Amino acid sequence: MGIKWDEILITGDPIILGSQIAILLTSLGIIGGITYLKKWNWLWREWITTVDHKRIGIMYIVSAVLMFFRGGMDGLMMKAQTSRPEMGFLDAQHYNEVFTAHGVIMILFMAMPFLIGLMNVVIPLQIGARDVAFPQLNALSFWLFFSGAMLFNIAFVVGGAPDAGWTSYFPLAGKEFSPGIGNNYYAISLQIAGLGTLMTGINFIVTILKMRTKGMTLMRMPMFTWTTLITSVIIVAAFPIFTVALALMTFDRLYGTHFFTVAAGGSDMLWANLFWLWGHPEVYIVILPAFGMFSEIISTFSRKQLYGYKSMVVSIVAIAVLSMLVWVHHFYTMGSGALVNSFFSITTMMIAVPTGVKMFNWLFTMRKGRIKMTTAMLWSLAFVPNFVIGGVTGVMLAMGAADYQYHNTLFLVAHFHYVLIPGVVFAVFAGLYYWWPKMFGFMLNEKLGKWHFWLFVIGFNVTFMPMFFLGLNGAVRRAYTFSAESGFAPLFLLSAIGSVILAAGFAVFCYNIYWSIRYADRNISSDPWDARTLEWATASPVQHYNFAKLPEVKSLDVFWYMKKNNEGLTLKDEEIEEIHMPSNSGLPFLMCVAFGIVGFFLIFEWHLLAAISAVLIIAGLIYRSFDYNDGYHIHKDEIKKTESAWRKMEGKVNNHVS
Amino acid sequence: MSANVNTSLPLEYQTEQSRMNILGFWIFLGAEIVLFATLFSVYGVLYKNYAGGPTHQDIFMMKEVMIQTVLLLTSSFTMGVAIWEMRRNNKKGLIGWFILTLLLGAGFLFMEINEFIHYVHEGATMQTSAFLSSLFVLLGTHGAHVTFGIFWATMVIIQIVKRGLTPVTARKTFIIGLYWHFLDVVWIFIFTFVYLKGMVL
Repeated sequence: MGIKWDEILITGDPIILGSQIAILLTSLGIIGGITYLKKWNWLWREWITTVDHKRIGIMYIVSAVLMFFRGGMDGLMMKAQTSRPEMGFLDAQHYNEVFTAHGVIMILFMAMPFLIGLMNVVIPLQIGARDVAFPQLNALSFWLFFSGAMLFNIAFVVGGAPDAGWTSYFPLAGKEFSPGIGNNYYAISLQIAGLGTLMTGINFIVTILKMRTKGMTLMRMPMFTWTTLITSVIIVAAFPIFTVALALMTFDRLYGTHFFTVAAGGSDMLWANLFWLWGHPEVYIVILPAFGMFSEIISTFSRKQLYGYKSMVVSIVAIAVLSMLVWVHHFYTMGSGALVNSFFSITTMMIAVPTGVKMFNWLFTMRKGRIKMTTAMLWSLAFVPNFVIGGVTGVMLAMGAADYQYHNTLFLVAHFHYVLIPGVVFAVFAGLYYWWPKMFGFMLNEKLGKWHFWLFVIGFNVTFMPMFFLGLNGAVRRAYTFSAESGFAPLFLLSAIGSVILAAGFAVFCYNIYWSIRYADRNISSDPWDARTLEWATASPVQHYNFAKLPEVKSLDVFWYMKKNNEGLTLKDEEIEEIHMPSNSGLPFLMCVAFGIVGFFLIFEWHLLAAISAVLIIAGLIYRSFDYNDGYHIHKDEIKKTESAWRKMEGKVNNHVS
Repeated sequence: MSANVNTSLPLEYQTEQSRMNILGFWIFLGAEIVLFATLFSVYGVLYKNYAGGPTHQDIFMMKEVMIQTVLLLTSSFTMGVAIWEMRRNNKKGLIGWFILTLLLGAGFLFMEINEFIHYVHEGATMQTSAFLSSLFVLLGTHGAHVTFGIFWATMVIIQIVKRGLTPVTARKTFIIGLYWHFLDVVWIFIFTFVYLKGMVL
């Protein structure tokens, strides 16, 4: 097999040596800490083997925050390198690796799991269900994501990082121009994580279609549920394309086929098309759930029903359809011809229409509302103007002829950061502040939250606004440095300063989590925001069976009317019935390990070892096929005890929202 | 969750969980359609790029392909009979027809592997040209699905033997039935767009 032991660990770079030592120490620290506190058993029983959608959601969110840190560090390194002309902090190769890691991690291992985490926590509660349709599959989804993410994250210290950009265009990403194993990491780890995402998509479609509580028709679903449904449909329609594209890339790199290598009749453009056939819908996979969360938050804190509910539904469906018809706008300059470019210009601009409808709906929701300036609401308010900047520059980029000027410049980079940061990052922060009490039973500190908000939003604008102007002046993306004569230096420096403010905002966020875990008031209402949807109709943190009695839905914003009409809020003893719940399982975690091992061997092209360890995956599948564990029932007494405990406390709680 | 049993429905649809599993599997098949559609379009882009290597006419063996097709189409019919026997609550008939289906599937696989060996002997490997890369991966993905289906179905047959016809085993059988018919549909497209089109062009 020719294992070259001396090439497994990357050596000779002080930054990477430092990272290796840091990773080693952190791992030892975590293992030591858990052993010292005797928490292994607890970790296995309560978290690793859990099939509870709320805990899986929390694990997704924790992973996403960690990945945010990693991707953010990569961003800061890029900003440090370009802060002055001819900086020598990173060399060209290292810079390539850093921006590749930044892109992949932020999209696939930060934005996606953050949103899927919040979906996991919230969606079953919003539709009045006790779990998702396939709880164990849900755990498998998480662990496959985790396996892929960890594989990708070790790349830069073990074997070499991918360096062909997050789009990994051929021919650069092929074996000829990237001979090391770095790009194998891209192909294999994204494949493993992608499988998990596909399963999540299927799971949520079935959950939302089949498990809605009595009376919740499709047009009575909260907007976040709607966007999750449509997102899941896009996942199922788009992810298999990525699966194929990555598999073909793997074949090209590992087994010498010629899909994308021009030499024997392959087509490098085929990769660009397949990648963006998935990649553009992917943009909407991350933006639609975010739209859903803003809808919930704006409606709650304006204390009004969402304006234009039906047009919201129509526009998300329209966006989903259009998302499949715009992929060529990512490579107008590759010479598809005027007719093709015009077609895709028009479809791209058409997306602005349903998005504009949504913008106006949010504004009209706020109109004449009694707006409460909570942290979650501030994020949603900041989203509107910032996202519009991203959207309008997007329409500029959509014009095929004009795009020749902007293509591959920092203008584009600024554009998609203006879409993704206000669109997704503001949303997940808003969602986290909003649903945090539901997840943990205490709130994040609002004052620190506002520091977090202002630092982050100001830092974001200072970082990315200059990049529009740099791009228009011709500064190209993915260039590791620039000359003093270019005149770019002042704006690059401003952008670098902005990134430090941005990072300070993130630091306040982390401190806020720490502070709130230690000091926040535990005696709060289960409905601290006076909200409108069903997740607030049960305890905080939510008991593992979610609802003692499944609620009945008579209108949109059902919980609001339950409170207003004072019906369905109490629970009589005779209404309590035994509840059936699924059992925990260690199998998803073991599959994560198995996929990790097989993936690792494949990345290093040790085919024999990979084939042997693939037996582990097959063994897991066989075990699952013969697994007839039918779950367990929760006794009435236990439910009675849990329910009276939290219901008794309501009315004696402290209010933290004015 | 497992409550809500409706005994007026066929066995495989009786529990809520079964209904959800079947719907989930239909959606999974939707994803599989996208997967194969992508492979077909890759083949559609690359199928004339011989790069000086063998062409369709040089390597295709229509007689063998016809036998493969008959084997697989017949197996879809026997799968249908198996499900029909299941609906009649005839465990023996179900198992018999199910095993016959898998034997036909195995025959198909045997032929396909021979076909691949023949190609390689002719000097037509996956690495020869873009046409052959896309051909091998398209056919191979289908073949891998058939292989997986045979192993998976074997697990389920063991469970039917051990546990009899229950809502769970009936649901598992029904889902494999869906999977098997789907593979048949994919084969019809392969037969048309790869073999027939390759021979007449």
